[in-house]
Amino acid sequence: MENSLAIKTTVLAQPQVNEAVRVAENAIKMSAQNLSIYYRAFRAVADVTLSIQSNAITAIIGPSGCGKSTLLRTFNRMNDLVPGSHIEGEVMLDGQPLFDSNIDVVDVRRRVGMVFQRPNPFPKSIYDNVAYGPRLYSVTRKSDLNHLVEKSLRAASLWEDVKDKLNQSGMALSGGQQQRLCIARALAVEPEVLLMDEPCSALDPVATLKIEELMQDLKSTYTIVIVTHNMQQAARVSDYTAMMMMRPDRAGEMIEFDVTQKIFTLPKDQRTEDYVTGRFG
Amino acid sequence: MTPIALRSSPTRTRRRKATSAVMLTLTGLATAVAIVPLIWIIGYVVQTGLPALNADFFTQLPTPAGVSGGGIANALVGSLITVGIGIIIAAPIAVLTAFYAASHANSPLGLAVRFGTDVISGVPSIVMGIFAYALIVLPQRHFSALAGGVVLAFIMLPIIVRTTEEMIRLVPGTLREGSLALGAPEWKTSWRVILPAALNGVLTGLMLGIARAAGEAAPMLFTAFGNPFMNTDINQPIATLPHTIFVYAIAPYADWHAKAWATALVLIVLVLVLNVSARVLVAWRARKLGLSR
Ligand SMILES: Nc1ncnc2c1ncn2[C@@H]1O[C@H](COP(=O)(O)OP(=O)(O)O)[C@@H](O)[C@H]1O
Ligand SMILES: [Mg+2]
Repeated sequence: MENSLAIKTTVLAQPQVNEAVRVAENAIKMSAQNLSIYYRAFRAVADVTLSIQSNAITAIIGPSGCGKSTLLRTFNRMNDLVPGSHIEGEVMLDGQPLFDSNIDVVDVRRRVGMVFQRPNPFPKSIYDNVAYGPRLYSVTRKSDLNHLVEKSLRAASLWEDVKDKLNQSGMALSGGQQQRLCIARALAVEPEVLLMDEPCSALDPVATLKIEELMQDLKSTYTIVIVTHNMQQAARVSDYTAMMMMRPDRAGEMIEFDVTQKIFTLPKDQRTEDYVTGRFG
Repeated sequence: MTPIALRSSPTRTRRRKATSAVMLTLTGLATAVAIVPLIWIIGYVVQTGLPALNADFFTQLPTPAGVSGGGIANALVGSLITVGIGIIIAAPIAVLTAFYAASHANSPLGLAVRFGTDVISGVPSIVMGIFAYALIVLPQRHFSALAGGVVLAFIMLPIIVRTTEEMIRLVPGTLREGSLALGAPEWKTSWRVILPAALNGVLTGLMLGIARAAGEAAPMLFTAFGNPFMNTDINQPIATLPHTIFVYAIAPYADWHAKAWATALVLIVLVLVLNVSARVLVAWRARKLGLSR
């Protein structure tokens, strides 16, 4: 425990890497190439090409129904679960094709974790919620589990709130705490990427702020992709922003992708400008 | 179209209040009509059954006609054994079936399961009894507790399947997604997340099934058959509470009639205790898990 905490603090204590340097490093964690996503015959996302930078927060914004969730859920193959869904094009994780036939979906979901719109803690104790993932991967030693649970709860800045009531139900926590519990649960399997689908839309402003601060802490260790329809949130938290729009045939396309600051100050596309300034629709 | 007046006039208000009063009276009456017979039945059973009840009634074996005293110990044990066999057979099959039906609601087999459970629950229990008679009693050439247990399993099955299925459906899909997103396979998700979340409903289903099975007399006639002696061998005929009520009630002796009422009282109380304890358990679990809010 002590050991890993020490590592974490040193990581956090490093000087913030400056934006330009990181882009130059070009550490691409995930990418999509000419990605189209279908629900049976309906094309929900059309021809998206985008790169997700390592240890950065990428926001996906756009009006509702334009395929943000669909795109996000393709990054950990959760969309495989929808009968009739299929893709065209390529998704890469660390340069490996995600939809290759020899890729194990379980492995994908372990490496690419997900946090949902509504907090969805299991009807189990706080401890068992966080230990759920590690137990799936055969961590059974009590000491290992204890270690992982504490580490994950600390990483989700929930440890201080719950350390004295780990045996209480996760569903008895407040909404914001529940969402942080879900983040801890996702972190407990030590993923590399964290996908968040409107993680604050069910939370009050204070809880929202806590999650946003948490995301800043997490990005030194994880690559984060967040879907949000809250423009201010995208502007506040993200390093890169992908702007999506629905085409007349209802397929969602990505109309612009850039450093967040650019998207919000100097968008290239008129529709982006209209959207981020609230003149959309 | 004429514009709708938003402000209500005094007449309108009066009329609304009158309608409300009439409806309230009607619903109150309907409730009374439904509840009065229930209270009446229970009151009557308590009144007629209580005089024959004493400690011996629970611990002694039946006595021959004309000999006073005796009890229904054999039927208590017999009901426990037959219902126990029934639940051991029915519960796992029913819960698995319910999971299948809930997650494949629109597949041909899922629809077949729903149709099948509807049909089975509509089959009169005496027909189930004949079925078990042909299936088990005839080949074995003797009546048995086992045959009784199997019929009860058939009777419980559709009740447990339908209740459990409804409860599984009520578990938010987001829980399932949360588990699958961690890389859990579907079966582990069902076992470790959905079943615990639906456990209250599953317990209710089991309880309803047990309550129903515990009261079945007709199919016992040609399966468990009845037995005036204490029996714990599942391959031998066995007495059960409802069957004992039947035997005592149709006999021409007044003291046997009294025993029939007393047995009925025991059966009602047992089912009630089961019902209440299941509810207490469910409420306690709900509070512990923070499900009720
Ligand atoms: N499970 C599904 N089956 C069929 N169509 C779906 C499904 N989920 C989403 N869609 C459709 O895909 C499109 C994009 O949806 P979604 O990704 O949820 O958009 P967003 O998250 O941007 O609001 C919508 O037209 C929606 O109706
Ligand atoms: Mg969405």
